Amino acid sequence: MWEYTDKVKEHFLNPRNVGEVENPDGAATVGSLACGDALKLTFKLDEQGRIQEARFKTFGCASAIASASALTEMIKGMTVEEAAKITNQDIANFLGGLPEEKMHCSVMGREALEAAIAHYRGEPGPIEEGKIVCECFGVTEEEIARVVRENNLRTIEEVTNYTKAGGGCGGCHEAIQEIIDRVRGEGKVIARPKLSNIQKIRMIEETIDREIRPALQMDGGDLELIDVVGNRVLVATRGACASCAASHLTMKQVVEAKLRELVWPELEVEEVSQ
Amino acid sequence: MKPIYLDNNATTRVAPEVLEEMLPYLQDFYGNPSSMHTFGGQVGRKVRQAREQVAKILGAAPEEIIFTSCGTESDNTAIRSALATNPGKRHIVTTRVEHPAVHSLAARLAQEGCRVTEIPVDAEGRLHMEQYAKSLSPDTAIVSMMWANNETGVIFPVEEAATLAHNRGILFHTDAVQAVGKIPIDMRQNCIDMLSISGHKLHAPKGVGALYVRKGTRFSPFLIGGHQEKGRRGGTENVPSIIALGLACDLAAQKMTTENTVVKELRDRLENALLTKVPRCRVNGDRINRLPNTSNISFEFVEGEAILLRLDEYAICASSGSACTSGSLQPSHVLRAMGVPFTMAHGSIRFSLSVYNTENDIDTVIDTLPGIIENLRALSPYWEVGDAICARVEG
Repeated sequence: MWEYTDKVKEHFLNPRNVGEVENPDGAATVGSLACGDALKLTFKLDEQGRIQEARFKTFGCASAIASASALTEMIKGMTVEEAAKITNQDIANFLGGLPEEKMHCSVMGREALEAAIAHYRGEPGPIEEGKIVCECFGVTEEEIARVVRENNLRTIEEVTNYTKAGGGCGGCHEAIQEIIDRVRGEGKVIARPKLSNIQKIRMIEETIDREIRPALQMDGGDLELIDVVGNRVLVATRGACASCAASHLTMKQVVEAKLRELVWPELEVEEVSQ
Repeated sequence: MKPIYLDNNATTRVAPEVLEEMLPYLQDFYGNPSSMHTFGGQVGRKVRQAREQVAKILGAAPEEIIFTSCGTESDNTAIRSALATNPGKRHIVTTRVEHPAVHSLAARLAQEGCRVTEIPVDAEGRLHMEQYAKSLSPDTAIVSMMWANNETGVIFPVEEAATLAHNRGILFHTDAVQAVGKIPIDMRQNCIDMLSISGHKLHAPKGVGALYVRKGTRFSPFLIGGHQEKGRRGGTENVPSIIALGLACDLAAQKMTTENTVVKELRDRLENALLTKVPRCRVNGDRINRLPNTSNISFEFVEGEAILLRLDEYAICASSGSACTSGSLQPSHVLRAMGVPFTMAHGSIRFSLSVYNTENDIDTVIDTLPGIIENLRALSPYWEVGDAICARVEG
């Protein structure tokens, strides 16, 4: 059973603003029957350009219904410009949070809002644009990149929780990983000055000495830097590590993660026997 | 609020008699059945009795019963054993609608280099027997085919399928966790080699199961350890639960007639009333060859989890094959294998009854559910449009 907050339950059992606004200024339907959830959002503005009335119809689970109900409550009284700033996280926060696996319900809310605003402004719907990455759920590259950016997502599983992409046949997992890597690389590349080779090697040495070797030495093991070729960091294990079956895993997970975090995000650790 | 429990294919309540029977073996008689002293020995005798009781409901011999920790362990043991004892054969035949205990194992074995054939089912969930017969090859190590489907209750002709396999020298295993205790099974009348049982599906506690292995079947243990279960399953016996499973089998045999009359009538009453009172719903699966306690109904244009949580407000417990409840993002693999349309698959609800259900339980559901569906349909953007389109197509 899902752990829903009381507010999610309350909005599910007593949804606000169900139905359709007559002669709406903005209207949109996102999602589909095949995907298991869909949301139709309609709104009407008052003379001051504020959202006077917002209504929804949802096909979906409890959190999809609650997210749509919450959304209509949130946008009432807002200007279109204010409403356009609402993120999926805002919808989830309004409800006191959603289970990770259900975050896609909040994303559907934001998508419907955006599409309805686009309709009001006479623009093309933002969602139809772009290359489809996940065929099973019809999710585009743009959508995935956006949730990764806005929600600081790190794994394919998280992307699936937020967009459903990758939750069907799994054929797009590689493509999703590439998007995650690209988006997460964006900030870093700008923030980080390019390292010269000398600087890079020096930093790797320092990091190994400071962060990694003390821990390994406590277990009677050790690690030696053999060479750095481009982004490949060649290391050799010594002492207890050399005969430890788990050491390869240690290399990949611990050493590589540390070096990527502290030196350069594209480093790859390889173990060599020397 | 006392729950109205209609989710007995998920798990069942422990029968009060069963609980009473097992408690002394948690409290006073904690001896190890393998011990040499009388204190342990008396426990060993009770385990022996339980083995006889389990054998009896299957028409089997006690030495053909191996106690395990659950149905999943039984399934894994049977299939891995067949592969281990047939090292030259690397083909497995199973179906598209198996429980994950077999389905996921088959997927894993495919990764390990086995060839896996999954036999499809038709729109009613019935097995394509022709395709099954064609799939058997000299390389086939084992067929694993469920006796009855947990989601729809559809019963497969496993005895006939086992004969076909045997004629080709192929081992046959059946996951019978949903069938045992609900329909008569007599292993003297068929040539099935291995059969899985789960305790908590027939009013014994969770954490105990059994595997029937026909005498003379070559066997390779899954859990390697002590000499328990004649070396066929290492690990100290879960004595209280094994004793519980024994009595639960006895009780199930006694209540088999009730299951197929009283429970079946309650199920039919529930099903027929819902089909009459709620527009645009349908039963998933063959209504003839079906477990007496199971009804899988789809309500078009609404989503299953929403239905379940509204039912939960009335303490009515059921299951759904919708995406949001299946733990994945797609509706149940069983409904998809049957080609149930998306408009229906997301709104499927499984009711599974037991001998503990009353007419009152059923009446409450009949009084409650139509209103819930109507209410959720009023929320659904597809309802009015979809209803109109469907009516036109059908009209």
